[in-house]
Amino acid sequence: MSCLQDTSLAEANSFSPSMPISPSSMINQYKFEDEPELKDLFVTVDDPESHITAIETFITYRVVTKTSRGEFDSCEYEVRRRYQDFLWLKSKLEEAHPTLIIPPLPEKFVMKGMVERFSDEFIETRRKALHKFLNRIADHPTLTFNEDFKIFLTAQAWELSSHKKQGPGLLSRMGQTVRAVASSVRGGVKNRPEMFAEMNEYMETFSHKINILDKIAHRIYKEEREYFNEMKEYGPIHTLWSASEEDIADSLKGVASCIDKCCKATEKRMAGLSENLLPIIHEYVLYSEILMFSEEIGKLEDKVECANNALKADWDRWKQNMQYDMRSAFTNVADNNLRYYEECLATWESFLASQTVDHHGEEDSEDRP
Amino acid sequence: MFVLVLMEDCLAKKMEITVSEAEKRTGRNAMNMQETYTAYLIETRAVESQNEGQCSPVDSLWRRYSEFELLRNYLLVTFPHIVVPPLPEKRADFVWHKLSADNMDPDFVERRRIGLENFLLRVASHPVLCQDKIFYSFLTQEGGWKEMVNETGFQLKADSRLKALNATFRVKNPDKRFTELKHYSDELQSVISHLLRVRARVADRLYGVYKVHGNYGRVFSEWSAIEKEMGDGLQSAGHHMDVYAASIDDILEEEEHYADQLKEYLFYAEALRAVCRKHELMQYDLEMAAQDLTSKKQQCEELATGTVRTFSLKGMTSKLFGQETPEQREAKIKVLEEQIQEGEEQLKSKNLEGRDFVKSAWADIERFKEQKNHDLKEALISYAVMQISMCKKGIQVWTNAKECFSKM
Repeated sequence: MSCLQDTSLAEANSFSPSMPISPSSMINQYKFEDEPELKDLFVTVDDPESHITAIETFITYRVVTKTSRGEFDSCEYEVRRRYQDFLWLKSKLEEAHPTLIIPPLPEKFVMKGMVERFSDEFIETRRKALHKFLNRIADHPTLTFNEDFKIFLTAQAWELSSHKKQGPGLLSRMGQTVRAVASSVRGGVKNRPEMFAEMNEYMETFSHKINILDKIAHRIYKEEREYFNEMKEYGPIHTLWSASEEDIADSLKGVASCIDKCCKATEKRMAGLSENLLPIIHEYVLYSEILMFSEEIGKLEDKVECANNALKADWDRWKQNMQYDMRSAFTNVADNNLRYYEECLATWESFLASQTVDHHGEEDSEDRP
Repeated sequence: MFVLVLMEDCLAKKMEITVSEAEKRTGRNAMNMQETYTAYLIETRAVESQNEGQCSPVDSLWRRYSEFELLRNYLLVTFPHIVVPPLPEKRADFVWHKLSADNMDPDFVERRRIGLENFLLRVASHPVLCQDKIFYSFLTQEGGWKEMVNETGFQLKADSRLKALNATFRVKNPDKRFTELKHYSDELQSVISHLLRVRARVADRLYGVYKVHGNYGRVFSEWSAIEKEMGDGLQSAGHHMDVYAASIDDILEEEEHYADQLKEYLFYAEALRAVCRKHELMQYDLEMAAQDLTSKKQQCEELATGTVRTFSLKGMTSKLFGQETPEQREAKIKVLEEQIQEGEEQLKSKNLEGRDFVKSAWADIERFKEQKNHDLKEALISYAVMQISMCKKGIQVWTNAKECFSKM
């Protein structure tokens, strides 16, 4: 398989113009795991499409895979998947790897949100989260070779349907989980290895804090948006005023233009928040919900020893990922704010320069750039 | 506040004037009910020539807002052709949520103190107003000033018709310049109040953005307790977020002074409009007088020639009930001729008054325009300076925060 000659694979940073993900964010996702050049599986989720049947309306997403792995018959795949399919994949992974931390899926419903079920905002948020989900799996040293994952990425719709019908269903798996959780709660924590206790203690605090952070981040977004809305009205008033003035018309128009530029800059800042910090924090909120139920793992007595090691490795990996993700997300927020303030500063400084030139008389007019 | 351009022989050059303090007082009002009010300390000092090097003594007296109002009303009536500087607002308006709308609030009182000082400086630097004796006494004579003002009888001169703000006088030949000026003052008033309203809302929102970041500090601190490597970065980043959140208070306080500068011109627009209204009223009176004169002349002519050109009830009744005697008619004509002569003299003086008014009003309006353009341009520049300062502070905080985040 010499797909490495394929230019699209060599250009690891960009797939096609329609890809909504920036090259740098792709690299950021992979960076911690391996060098980009060593990556042999690239997955993207995009192009949401609405499907209307007699019974229901649902959205499918395009999943594009590019790979140089031998196990794959081809080096490029394009399939369409709906949310149900992702749920299926997640449950299969949990079944096959009960000791590993399976990445979270975005919520099934939006309970009290202001976002409608099929609004553009909701679909886009979900798309980003689904993209993250698949990439987390692709990056995972074990999960990436899971057979169901491969089928998910490559099978045509009818193939996937028939494959899904095999094996223990989702319902039986759910029953197992419920029983395990119930017994672990009843049985107390006496048999649990120290590590799980430590993990749970950490997760309890982490979960609490990450949820607060989630609220704070959303609140900041909301405040920035309200500020943006008011700013939109602020600039034009100065332009209106300039219409009834002569001498100060230019100054007023200058201020109007500065305010408008700052308004655009704040919109970019908002967008940055919604693209980076909000999805990352939310993903970790979901992670914290899953990881609180890890108690049941201690009940798999015959696999306790390897469970310990596998989980410990995965737990360490998760923590390192988390550290990296948080560091980069918050650094990104700082960068966004720096960019915002630098843009605004440049705008106002240039206005000020223009005003003080006028101030010092006509002789300077020739020196004006 | 503004850098005032001082005329050579104006009072402001000879005398230093400040409103240096504000004090809460309780007293009894006209109906013998207890009231609380704020008194302001006006300090004045003669400006010594550079050579002397000695400090002349400071004179001071206390005045309350209502006395400032009385002074201004006096100036409005006594100098109808002048755009009289406005007082700072009586009640807090255009406030954003953090600011109190309470007149007793210390921040409001402080801003009012500055506004009153500005008012006095404006009057003292006005070429015409600064020479007024009542104004001088306001600054220097503690007792009996109110009586002095009332003795001028200015309230009698005040035209009650001007108080009816919305009354329109049908002027047949309006002066185009004044009409345009009135239109301009309406526009100025409208646009500045709109601007101030939106600015207050923007300030509110900006406050929200900054303050919400303050929530990071605590949660970062609590989170850092369970992290080994990330702990230090989180903790110190949280501190910078606190600094960021706190920085908005000073920023918005400074912006409030900018808002006050705009407010002054909002109120100036009213003063401008008042001059136009006075002119309008003058013109109206002139036209009425001319009309009255014309009709009297006509009446006189009719009586003299015996022809009735205009319909009048008297004429009709005299036709029905008999004509007047020649003596009666003569008497009437004589009365009318006297009235006509008086009327003509009055019309002459009214015309002269009108022309003088227009001349001096227009001179002051030109002076005002220059002042306004200068002041507003300065205000816009100062606004830009404030924004620049805010951006620089933001850059500093986020640079520090970024460094902390990178250590997480």
